[in-house]
Amino acid sequence: MSGLPLLTLMLVVPLVGAAVVWLLPATSSRLAKPIALATSLLTLALALVAWARFDNGGDRYQLTETHSWIPQFGVSYALGVDGIALSLIVMATILTPICLLAAWNDLGEDADPQREKTYFALMLVLLTFMVGVFAARDVFLFYVFFEAMLIPVYFLIGLFGGPRRQYAAVKFILFSLVGGLIMLVAVIALYFYGPGGEQGFLYESLEGQVGGSTAAQRWMFLGFFIAFAIKAPMWPVHTWLPDAAAESRPATAVLLVGVLDKVGTFGMLRFCLGFFPEASKWATPVVITLAVISVIYGALLAIGSRDIMRLIAFTSISHFGFIVMGIFAMTSTAGAGSALYMVNHGFATAGLFLLAGFLIARHGSQRIADYGGWQRVTPVLAGSFLVAGLSSLALPGLSSYVSEFLVLAGTFQRYKWAAAIATVGIVLAALYILLTYQRVFTGPRPTFVEGSEPRDLGLREKLVIAPIIASFILLGFYPKPVLDLVNPAVEQTLQLVGATDPAPTHATGSAQ
Amino acid sequence: MNTYALLAAEGEVAAATGITAYAWLLVLLPLLGAAILLLGGKATDAWGHLLATALSWGSFVLGFVIWIAMIGRGAEERPAHVGGWNWVPAGQFQLETGLLIDQLSVAFVLLITFVGSLIHVYSIGYMEHDVDRRKFFAYLNLFVASMLLLVLADSYLLLFVGWEGVGLASYLLIGFWNHNPAYATAANKAFFVNRVGDVGMSIAIMFMFFTFGSVDFATVHAAAPEAGSTAMTALGLLLLIGACAKSAQFPLQSWLGDAMAGPTPVSALIHAATMVTAGVYLIVRSHAIFNAAPNAQLAVAIVGAITLLYGAIVGCAKDDIKKALAASTMSQIGYMMLAAGLGPVGYAFAIFHLITHGFFKAGMFLGAGSVMHGMKDRVDMRGFGGLSKYMKITWITFGLGWLAILGVPPFSGYWSKDGIIESAFIGEGWRPWVFGGIAMLGAGITAFYMSRLFFMTFHGKERWVDEHEDAERGVHPHESPLTMTVPMIVLAVGSGLLGLVLSFGDTFTHWLEPLVGGHGDEHPVLAVPVIIGLTLLLVAGGAFYAWMLYVRDAVPVTAPRGSLVTQAARADLYQDAINEGLFMRPGIHLTRALVFTDGKGVDGVAGSIAASIGGLSSRLRRLQTGYARSYALTMLTGVVAVLGALWVMN
Repeated sequence: MSGLPLLTLMLVVPLVGAAVVWLLPATSSRLAKPIALATSLLTLALALVAWARFDNGGDRYQLTETHSWIPQFGVSYALGVDGIALSLIVMATILTPICLLAAWNDLGEDADPQREKTYFALMLVLLTFMVGVFAARDVFLFYVFFEAMLIPVYFLIGLFGGPRRQYAAVKFILFSLVGGLIMLVAVIALYFYGPGGEQGFLYESLEGQVGGSTAAQRWMFLGFFIAFAIKAPMWPVHTWLPDAAAESRPATAVLLVGVLDKVGTFGMLRFCLGFFPEASKWATPVVITLAVISVIYGALLAIGSRDIMRLIAFTSISHFGFIVMGIFAMTSTAGAGSALYMVNHGFATAGLFLLAGFLIARHGSQRIADYGGWQRVTPVLAGSFLVAGLSSLALPGLSSYVSEFLVLAGTFQRYKWAAAIATVGIVLAALYILLTYQRVFTGPRPTFVEGSEPRDLGLREKLVIAPIIASFILLGFYPKPVLDLVNPAVEQTLQLVGATDPAPTHATGSAQ
Repeated sequence: MNTYALLAAEGEVAAATGITAYAWLLVLLPLLGAAILLLGGKATDAWGHLLATALSWGSFVLGFVIWIAMIGRGAEERPAHVGGWNWVPAGQFQLETGLLIDQLSVAFVLLITFVGSLIHVYSIGYMEHDVDRRKFFAYLNLFVASMLLLVLADSYLLLFVGWEGVGLASYLLIGFWNHNPAYATAANKAFFVNRVGDVGMSIAIMFMFFTFGSVDFATVHAAAPEAGSTAMTALGLLLLIGACAKSAQFPLQSWLGDAMAGPTPVSALIHAATMVTAGVYLIVRSHAIFNAAPNAQLAVAIVGAITLLYGAIVGCAKDDIKKALAASTMSQIGYMMLAAGLGPVGYAFAIFHLITHGFFKAGMFLGAGSVMHGMKDRVDMRGFGGLSKYMKITWITFGLGWLAILGVPPFSGYWSKDGIIESAFIGEGWRPWVFGGIAMLGAGITAFYMSRLFFMTFHGKERWVDEHEDAERGVHPHESPLTMTVPMIVLAVGSGLLGLVLSFGDTFTHWLEPLVGGHGDEHPVLAVPVIIGLTLLLVAGGAFYAWMLYVRDAVPVTAPRGSLVTQAARADLYQDAINEGLFMRPGIHLTRALVFTDGKGVDGVAGSIAASIGGLSSRLRRLQTGYARSYALTMLTGVVAVLGALWVMN
């Protein structure tokens, strides 16, 4: 391990940035936003360096740092990433500056400077925790980040959200808390049934090493799984998400749904499959069923949503269903698909939430029915929204399609009916996206009071949306960099589970 | 096993050399045009349409040269492969992109780029005054690029990218004037119905991966004959669902009539000549699968037979000139499907008819556009009549298309449609009699409704008011400008001669035979001259009946109520009503009910469990007052609890 402790640096930099932003004297508070943006860009640069240093053919965990923390309890300050974790960190660090830029004028031109500083500082704090939760290599450290993440989000919703922000923030906290407490029990049990010792919470110590009876393993599995199912909301524990998303600022919603919720699916892959292979297989039929229900249910509720932010949240519930299905299909194809899906979904959701935010900023309403004909008023906004929507409905050629197809094809190898039923989701996806587009953007041009015509996207907004749209096209036609990154991690996880890919029934060349 | 599959299985489809190696440019040129026009914004308003047209012609020229190069090679060496890049390396699933340049794809490339470029030219005139002309041309370019990718792709997954690309272009262009809510709905309808087909396509592709471990043509087609007829029947039926949606075949045909909301050049290119025929391409391209699945083949033929009658019947009742043409397109694609469902005896004729139809139907749509251009964008044929005097070029070019679609020798449609009818009469048992009979009957009905359309528009009494008499409701019919008439003339020449040229010495069928197989020594159950004679008799009868009704007798300006059959045909045989009753209404009720129960039921139960586990309701109220401190405290409690528990265990 040469050079800088990159991962630690990525934790420290945003935290320092947050402190600077928050403590800026009133006289120079207009520097707050540029400093926040610069900090997030610096973190992004570090993430890219980490990616460059990462060796796809190398060890399971790389860029590792290990320091003893509470050896009595087997707790270490241990960091390290596999390809999946790294891909999510890179995604989070790309999305954060985009979100900061999108949130630039969220609080208005004449906002209270202290309030604005708090807003931006909180997002930087969140960045630290997002990196931390993916970079942790110790279950206890993961748990700390997992819980700590809630705090900045709680404030971002509770202090800066919409009219029902208190209700939404508390609901978010309550659900998360329940999940966290259940997981806590499992964490404790894990130490008890694990190999123990001074590094007993290290991932390497636990992977394939968790003892205990079948029943004990299943209970622990459930402890983690329920927490993660709430986090990456699956039916029927999804109801906090639409409220949280609807009451959040769009930038917060992006980080919440696009990044934070991925901790759930990430955790399922790493903890549930990695630590409890037998229990994972035992639970698979139920999990796959819940995943398929989530796919269809989320899509149907999206179709029925009247609030554009709620709608996007429901589409995510549907998409999380796909991701979970791919994880529990336990094939290399579906697994790689799910890992790629996590990244693609982050960008697709960011596109939808932020563009919806730009729309709302112009008209002050989240109700879909309050719009109509806006394509003639704001053509660039309309076109961008359509592209983001097409990515969300997984149009072939755009990034989401590759991942959705891989999940479905990999699942089909084992669970034909589950994959086939989930495929119906693609019809529903077309409905929720295109009906929304129709209601908001098509129809006769609306009339506005003289001089209050909404303007089309400005330069800042175009800068926000351009990298997102670029990611759709780039990862649609060339997803290889991400796939190369996640493939080995998926393979290793499947080895831990002891799952081998089903062979084709009529392999190549059998014709001759 | 056919030659291509053998070659492919042995890895002997040669890597492309010479000009063929540049085949990616076919797709990239129009794609570049779309990108420049969309990203360049208003800066490209002045010249964007010219660039788009030039790039489309560029693709045609390249395609033409590639075709010439192909002719130079012997029949066995014609297929060539152009590699791309490593697209999806994901665990067990590995796929690279690549283009397959063979007799079939080159035939399509020529059709798409030639007709497509002509329609670009036509649109320069047609869309001259539209404020969004630049976008229109961008979408046209996007369409051409996607359609080329569809036919050139060397794997089902890449084909699907083109498949959806054309669907997107179709959606954008149907809804091009989506400030009219009905048009926006029409665009959505097209996309939704196609998504139903996509479910079939998607599952088919998954099924291929499951069965063969790969989704590229070479692997799949090489292994298909040995994979068992049950699996291949399932696969064939899944592909058929996709083909039905894209090609507007029964029961997924309902979108095509509404798709006429798009500007007329779009109807000509996308909804007549090229995109809607993609389903036929898919079936013929997948012939290795269908040859191994006789039941799936039969299903294709049945779908084709039903649709060809369905479209013809609907076509008889429509007064909207574009919708009548759309019904006719449906019916004609039904012929192609029927042919494709007949197996090797029909594949080549399916594609042959697809090509000639591409010319004469595109020509007639452009003619309809020209009529609308001269008639203040009106489409109701009851308000036309006697236009032959005022639009000579349109009349003559449309007339050639009319003769072609009727199947009057020696015009194009005769050669290709007659081939299908004869092939339909080949076989054993009931099939040749049913399929052959339907194909023949369809020819008679086609003659009736197309003649009705032609006579109502160009002949008979003038049923419109001149502008001089009534400035408000009057019209002033006039011929269209050169940019519009020249493409019409070129297509009319194709309608007249292409069939004859391509069937001279069976050139076209021989061209495709090495790829898809062809006629053996099977003979129709009726003698060929009898078939031809009977068909021509029915055609003459249909045309004469139309003459009696629409030239000899006066055409009422408002449609009479009509018989029950006429009313049903006018309403597309109630397909929309059925869809609405079966799917849409229940769907709306379901989503409403779910939204209600999600708020009350699921949330209520989950919420109260959360509340009771997370603390008592008093705690909930305290949190709700907004004191985040209590949360921080809770967090701290959590961490302390862990440490405490661990300490106790130690």
